[in-house]
Amino acid sequence: MQFHEEDIYTKKFDLGPWKKLIRLAKPFYKHMLGIAITVAVVAIIEVIFPLFKRQAIDGFAATGDLTGILPFILIYVGLIALFAFSVNLFIRLCGQVEVGLCRHIRRIAFKRLQELPFSFYDKTSVGYLIARLTSDTQRLGDTVAWGLLDVGWSAFFLLIVSVAMFILNWQLTLITLAVVPLMAVITGFFQVRILKNYREVRRINSKITGAFNEGIMGAKTTKTLVREEANIEEFKELTSTMRRSSIRAAVLSAMLYPLIIGLGGFATAFLLWKGGHDVFVMGSISIGTLTAFMSYATQLFEPISSIARIFAEAQQSQAAAERVISLIETEPEIADTPEVVEVFGDNFNPRKENWPKLKGDIEFRNVSFQYIDGEKVLKNFNLTVKAGETIALVGETGSGKSTIVNLLCRFYEPTEGEILIDGVNYKERSQLWLQSNLGYVLQQPHLFSGTIADNIRYGKLSATDEEVEEAARLVSADEFIRAQEKGYDTNVGEGGNLLSTGQKQLVSFARALIGRPAIFVLDEATSSVDTETEMKIQQAIHTALTGRTSFIIAHRLSTIRGADRILVIQDGEITESGSHKELLKLRGYYHDLYVNQFRDERERSLLAEM
Amino acid sequence: MQPTKKTILGEITRGNRMKFLLSILAMGIGVCFSLIMPLMLSGTIDALVSAAGGNMDAKVDLPLQLGAWFDARGGIGYLLDHLWIIAIILMVCYAAGGIFQYLRGRWSTYASENIARNLRDRLYSHLQKLSYEYHVQAQTGDLIQRCTSDVDTIRRFLAAQLTEIFRTVFMVGIAITVMLGINTEMTLYSMILVPPLFLFAWLFFKWVQKYFKVADEADGKMSAVLQENLTGVRVVRAFGRQKFEEDKFDGVNDDLYKKSMKLIRLLAVYWSSSDVLALLQGAATLVIGVVVVVTYPGKLSIGEMTVFVSYTGMLLWPIRQLGRILSDLGKAMVSFGRTSEILLAQPEQDAPDSIKPPLDRDIEFVHVGFEHEDNTPVLKDVHFKVKQGQTVALLGATGSGKSTLMNLLQRLYDVKQGEIRIGGVNINRIAKSYLRSRVGLVLQEPFLYSRTVKDNIGIAKRDPSWEMIRSAAKTAAADGFINHFEKGYDTMVGERGVTLSGGQKQRVAIARTLLKENDILIFDDSLSAVDTETDRAIREALQEARRELDKSATTFIISHRLTTLAEADVIVVMQNGKVSQMGTHEELVKQEGLYKRIYQIQAALEEELADEA
Repeated sequence: MQFHEEDIYTKKFDLGPWKKLIRLAKPFYKHMLGIAITVAVVAIIEVIFPLFKRQAIDGFAATGDLTGILPFILIYVGLIALFAFSVNLFIRLCGQVEVGLCRHIRRIAFKRLQELPFSFYDKTSVGYLIARLTSDTQRLGDTVAWGLLDVGWSAFFLLIVSVAMFILNWQLTLITLAVVPLMAVITGFFQVRILKNYREVRRINSKITGAFNEGIMGAKTTKTLVREEANIEEFKELTSTMRRSSIRAAVLSAMLYPLIIGLGGFATAFLLWKGGHDVFVMGSISIGTLTAFMSYATQLFEPISSIARIFAEAQQSQAAAERVISLIETEPEIADTPEVVEVFGDNFNPRKENWPKLKGDIEFRNVSFQYIDGEKVLKNFNLTVKAGETIALVGETGSGKSTIVNLLCRFYEPTEGEILIDGVNYKERSQLWLQSNLGYVLQQPHLFSGTIADNIRYGKLSATDEEVEEAARLVSADEFIRAQEKGYDTNVGEGGNLLSTGQKQLVSFARALIGRPAIFVLDEATSSVDTETEMKIQQAIHTALTGRTSFIIAHRLSTIRGADRILVIQDGEITESGSHKELLKLRGYYHDLYVNQFRDERERSLLAEM
Repeated sequence: MQPTKKTILGEITRGNRMKFLLSILAMGIGVCFSLIMPLMLSGTIDALVSAAGGNMDAKVDLPLQLGAWFDARGGIGYLLDHLWIIAIILMVCYAAGGIFQYLRGRWSTYASENIARNLRDRLYSHLQKLSYEYHVQAQTGDLIQRCTSDVDTIRRFLAAQLTEIFRTVFMVGIAITVMLGINTEMTLYSMILVPPLFLFAWLFFKWVQKYFKVADEADGKMSAVLQENLTGVRVVRAFGRQKFEEDKFDGVNDDLYKKSMKLIRLLAVYWSSSDVLALLQGAATLVIGVVVVVTYPGKLSIGEMTVFVSYTGMLLWPIRQLGRILSDLGKAMVSFGRTSEILLAQPEQDAPDSIKPPLDRDIEFVHVGFEHEDNTPVLKDVHFKVKQGQTVALLGATGSGKSTLMNLLQRLYDVKQGEIRIGGVNINRIAKSYLRSRVGLVLQEPFLYSRTVKDNIGIAKRDPSWEMIRSAAKTAAADGFINHFEKGYDTMVGERGVTLSGGQKQRVAIARTLLKENDILIFDDSLSAVDTETDRAIREALQEARRELDKSATTFIISHRLTTLAEADVIVVMQNGKVSQMGTHEELVKQEGLYKRIYQIQAALEEELADEA
């Protein structure tokens, strides 16, 4: 599992991931140009506004002459309109970059996720991936769009203000700009610490959420163990830490702003002293110029602190950028070769016209397999299955049963040896060709939100309503579906959770069979369901097995007994193989398994009858 | 006294209301300092203007008696020769304003963080104390939402926005007073667009909430589709539906894009049009000010005009914010309502006269009946006696009431019909925490805490020794698989670590229950997920452990396994909330009934094996 989300960030600022991100943002270059232009317009107008004040004081008020005030008003109002227009435009453009970039990244990442093999999913938790496509992506969109806007505006504004000030009076300008470096240093110093503290706050916050989660989910157990007080004590420690960190972060922020304003204030005061002296004694500048200067001086600080903030934030988002980029750049280990794609198409654009018909002969030839972490599961495994045969796999958890099935479905590929389907190594065909001929029922039936019909149709997208109903009838699911208020249009809820476990299993059987697959794979569920549903499921299994090659990871006696061949798998090897009767005679593993299972099933069904 | 929303608010803010007052006070003072500055500038500018016009006799117009102070020393001339005094005063104002602003932030941070902590602590401890029944019915996700994001909404409101409301009120109040002191008409002109600006902001943010909600929902949908795709990745691949999934995801992804863009366009319209209002007000103040200065000499000085311009500029931003804050106030109130709903639920309590009698005694169920809150009967007239130290096996179908009966022994539910007596004492008189600490109950689906295996086993006892943990794990047949983990007993369990199988969880849960001292032990079908062999091993180890102690706990085992049942001293068969059969193995195999039928399975098995052979 990858749980390093909050851990990497102490790294130095690195341009690498940002460069890649900027390349990713290529479709938005024109929007970015638009942002740059509008932001420049806004900055220029903001620099012009104090000059209106200067003109009003020097040109009208001080002289007592109002001629020219009408054009003055018109230009003023015109600039306001232009300003508002530009603001409107850059907010929209920024939105387009932010939201659009998010959509773009999500789309690319999602497609990549559809290509990555199971070995990737084995070591990556779903929560981790969701966080990459939601909060991380959001953060990148945010940083790129609004960060760009803020940096752009700040840079333009600083530049234009400095130019305007130099033109008005260079001596006063130097005085004012003297505080800028100091201000940048202070802001940078604080921002880095503030953000660090906020990350700490977020870290503890997720712990608190976890504690609430545990406190609520585990409340019943907590009661039976009388651990309430101990839990409360531990929780209080957590909230106290939270309080301390939050206060530290907030107090730092509370310090920064007054400090910056105060620093700017000192510059302004100094300006008044020196500038006022110039006005009074030297007469070198006008009163209006002085007031304009003072306006500029107070406005300088916003852009500086905002640039410092953006850089601190960018450093924060760097980890997010690295994680997202690395996800997008992960190469799928199981991929069709170019030659195969050429003929049969890829997962997204299949060329079905070239697909050969799948009969269902399967051969494992000297297959070895080990997971990435080095654990060797299969060694030199050999198995030949004729089309139409039913193979039941039994054995303990971890014996290699699931691996055999996963290899057959090409969710993993053999590390050594080869798997032949209809006499051809399956790597010489496309993944989609095999998987389109596969009917797979999982141990935990996973349904998607949507209606029952939608879920059955998942096995054959082009299926008509009649076909859907026929598939449901085939596995005896029709009856319970019709009993639902909306029949086939009943919503199954997230993950299918509005249906019972047995009902979900029946639907997943219908889904697996609707496409009339040549190969059927069943990982039998162990959870108990009511007797009636149990009978229906057995019926469904029976239907599913007829006329196709089937692999079953079996638990039910009836299923096991019905198989053509039973394989006992232990430590990645076949230790017993044969029919039910043959294996019973061996008095080995299968015999014991059968005896235990017999008792358990009967006991359960007796209890269920009552 | 029954708590109400009001008393809850009172309790969680206790000790912090003063901090809020101080914070508001500090802010008021800070606002005053910031409003003094334009007046200082105004006086200085006027002095400069007068000097430029050659009028050196004009009075110095500065606030806080400073004008008189300068006049006494030579008026304008002295002022302009000693501009550093003004500069120093300005610096002092900036510094003081900064300090008070800092204090305001500091106090309101302390207050809001304290309150958030109080609220979190209270919620957590209240949840721990709410009844078993409450938790059986609770919607976990909703509760967690209330405890986390609702608390955060409240905290944010208190930290940043509450004092901000007062700031705006202070600023508007003081500024208008000062402005009125200078010129009434000019005040009116400077403030004319303020009410519409405020109304616009307020109404807009109230109205736009629904678009925020729509965008949030689209976001939720996108996450849901993503989540389903990832958790169902096996299904997607097994059916080769990558393209279909991609299209589905693109659909929700595009929808999110559209809805977010709609919101952003609305915000763009709002910000730009409120910019227009604000800037127009600034322009109007300046232009009208200039016209007044020029046309009515003596009515308004240039300096005074700059005061109006400055004040207008200072007021517009907080006014715009106020509209937003008021719409957030509504959200904070809703959040507080949702959290106090939890706090208003009635917690479990022991009667003040509850007692702690010894529990290693005989247990009597005296005509016990039980109904759920919705009046569905669960237990009817359950009546039997168990001798101290006996092992009692319970057999029955799901819903036969056997689990409920066991829950009553820990007072997870209260006995309302009939009585349960331990050593002759009615269980309802025994303190719950005492009872639960002496009665070990292992649930069928136990919850493990996200800590190490070792901590999980040792969780019910204060400072357990390593030997105790190890031996409890051995008894529960857990030592073997735990040692197989890379980190052994230090392996983390749950979300951030290893996922245990059902049987492994049950064994860890048994170990942790065995670690505490139990007068009564209950296994609520807690061996259902381990295989028959392990089941037997655990029961043998338990017997072994019992023999080592000189007295043994009275033990209840719910099971459907014949081997388990047969070894018990007494077997109780339950059907539909009633005891249908009771006796030893030898007695029950002779009676018609469920037990006999279970027993006959063995015979059927042997027959079947003979057939196959």
